[in-house]
Amino acid sequence: MEWVLLVNLLASGVRSGTAILFASIGEIFAERSGVLNLGVEGMMLMGAMTAFGVAHNTGNPWLGLLAAAGVGTVLALLHAFVTVTLRADQVVSGLALTFVGSGLSAVLGAPLVEIRQAPRLPTYPIPLLADLPVLGPILFNHNVIVYLGFLLIPAAWFYIYRTRPGLELRAVGEYPAAADVQGINVFALRYAYVMVGGFLAGVGGAALSLAITPLWIEGMTSGQGWIAVGLVIFARWNPVQAAVGSYLFGAIRRLPLDLQTLPLFLRNPAWGYFLNMLPYLFTVIVLVIGSREAMRRRAGAPAALGLPYVREERGA
Amino acid sequence: MRKTWIGVTLLLITALVLAACVAPAAPAAPSGEAPAPAPAAPETGGIQIPQPVEGKFNVAFVYVGPIGDGGWTYAHNEGRLYLQEKLGDAVHTAYLESVPEGTDAERVIRNLARAGFNAIFTTSFGFMDPTATVAEEFPDVYFVHISGYLKNETNFANLFGGMESMKYLAGMIAGARAAADGQTKIGYIAPFPIPEVIRHINAAALGMRQTCPECTLDIRWIFTWFDPSLERQAAETLMDAGAYVVITGADTAGPVQAAGERGLYGIAYDSRNACDVDPVHCLTVPYWEWGPFYTLLVEQMMDGTFVPDDFYFDVDSGALGLLGFMEGQEPAPGVPAEVIPLVRDVLDQMLSGEMNRFDIFTGPINNNKGELVIPAGVSLTQSDLEGIDATIAAQTGREACTICMNWLAEGVSPDAELP
Repeated sequence: MEWVLLVNLLASGVRSGTAILFASIGEIFAERSGVLNLGVEGMMLMGAMTAFGVAHNTGNPWLGLLAAAGVGTVLALLHAFVTVTLRADQVVSGLALTFVGSGLSAVLGAPLVEIRQAPRLPTYPIPLLADLPVLGPILFNHNVIVYLGFLLIPAAWFYIYRTRPGLELRAVGEYPAAADVQGINVFALRYAYVMVGGFLAGVGGAALSLAITPLWIEGMTSGQGWIAVGLVIFARWNPVQAAVGSYLFGAIRRLPLDLQTLPLFLRNPAWGYFLNMLPYLFTVIVLVIGSREAMRRRAGAPAALGLPYVREERGA
Repeated sequence: MRKTWIGVTLLLITALVLAACVAPAAPAAPSGEAPAPAPAAPETGGIQIPQPVEGKFNVAFVYVGPIGDGGWTYAHNEGRLYLQEKLGDAVHTAYLESVPEGTDAERVIRNLARAGFNAIFTTSFGFMDPTATVAEEFPDVYFVHISGYLKNETNFANLFGGMESMKYLAGMIAGARAAADGQTKIGYIAPFPIPEVIRHINAAALGMRQTCPECTLDIRWIFTWFDPSLERQAAETLMDAGAYVVITGADTAGPVQAAGERGLYGIAYDSRNACDVDPVHCLTVPYWEWGPFYTLLVEQMMDGTFVPDDFYFDVDSGALGLLGFMEGQEPAPGVPAEVIPLVRDVLDQMLSGEMNRFDIFTGPINNNKGELVIPAGVSLTQSDLEGIDATIAAQTGREACTICMNWLAEGVSPDAELP
């Protein structure tokens, strides 16, 4: 019985953590290049709204997914222009992007609220693997978007740590002046990776409105974009750890609900409030650690994160 | 560099706190509102007050959530549109959405009154105190607050409805569905342990026992009105624990979708179109029909006959609906044929006023541990239903509850406790 509980819990974690997975891996790319983008929540909302709208109007969820990625990319381009070219404050620009995204998605999405059904991305149990005892239900009986997430994790890891462009990406985030001397175009790369971040945040939003909660509801991310940003630090800018964190977060959210049937909870029902707070408490602790220079260095933050690059200026 | 990081951290923490505020702000609210999504909060300074139109009776609505929630606020806005259509050119309606509860709300309500609106409806529990304050300052403006308990003698009333009657019928339908397929478990997604939610759960459990005596109602407390992915996860954990029908008391229709994906059944809440997400697996939705009551109250205000009261409507007012069973509607395909006449019969009695919420809560009724709570022949009072405790009673001059709404009725899973 306990096994079933655990399997269900993990399966649900994998499923509902997928949106955060895409968003946080996208943010890893952006931050690895040295640009902090706090606009994830806004890009996800725009992605979710666009995906639902396009899927409804064209009847094709894949077009919706593509459009969401496109919208995320365009919003991120805006952030890149403001922070890389104009060298404005990345925090302010990112926050502005979140407000733009949530406001715009509410306005443009208003007619979509009436629409209660749109094509969803298909759920596809993988033959044979889905029948495996424990792993089957946890990993191989999911929506297609979840599998795309599985593929993204090793791909992102390999790209960042084992390829030449990945090396350049890390160089730009660690020591842009040196990268520049090597002939790497710092500005172009930062633009590109911020847009990759937007692309993936858009996909994360689409995962919500096309698969996880297939509806358009205003503000439907309910803070998941912020969780994704926090998770990047927790994951030490590593996609594999970000994946573990995303799935874990999905499971932690559900844990209090499952615990409600156990005697421990039944004797102390007010625990519900405490357990619901855990994910946020967790994020705050991670952020506090992340803000300490020494700890941050040990955690492996890109050294130039948050700093605009100015050619021929010292110390950048 | 380091400063930047501390700044980022502080900002993120603020954002998280704002996001988390959704939870602590809402427990006090005995109504189904969706708290505004976190990012909207910092925009409150920029709320623009709409202007009344000369020569018309101007009515303003203050909403806690976005109209786009597809639930609580959506239903209120449908009511506003109904009012506008019914009274036509004689009235002008305006609204403000996603207004945060607390001091901002007071400023918004005051500005609306100052701008010259004749009547102001505030649709969330957290607007109660601000509305009461402003109502004292503007004796010539009418105020109606939804889901609270404060009022005054001249221009301030409160309004809510007996949704428990519809939840009772929803419970009957859920029980019949389970019984028809040899199942014995129903699930209920409960937002907060407050009197409103508890009486809805109890009504659903009592209704369920009418059609499925061996069924039990399993509860999950989610401590929020609005969180699409959490609501969905709650549905999944209920179904994993064996629930055959999932009834939701929260705002979105996600749980119904989750049930449909597994070929099980769901019952939605709040707004009439909630079942459209999966008409095959959605059995029904108990919904609010605010329009008629809004219209009635505004008409009274216009001809000067309005007298403030604790307005609490039941099914016979026409302000409550049960999808599939109201005039011109057909039951969903998932509703077992044998229960349809049964539900229609009880609903007819409710519509005619022959039966109401007090009949549902008439003893003998045991709690879920098998102890007698309501003795035979005794009915709960309105104060009992609303859980008007001694403090509130002293504040409002209302009678205090004797069998307060802090127990779970038989039918609810025997080991369930109130948080």
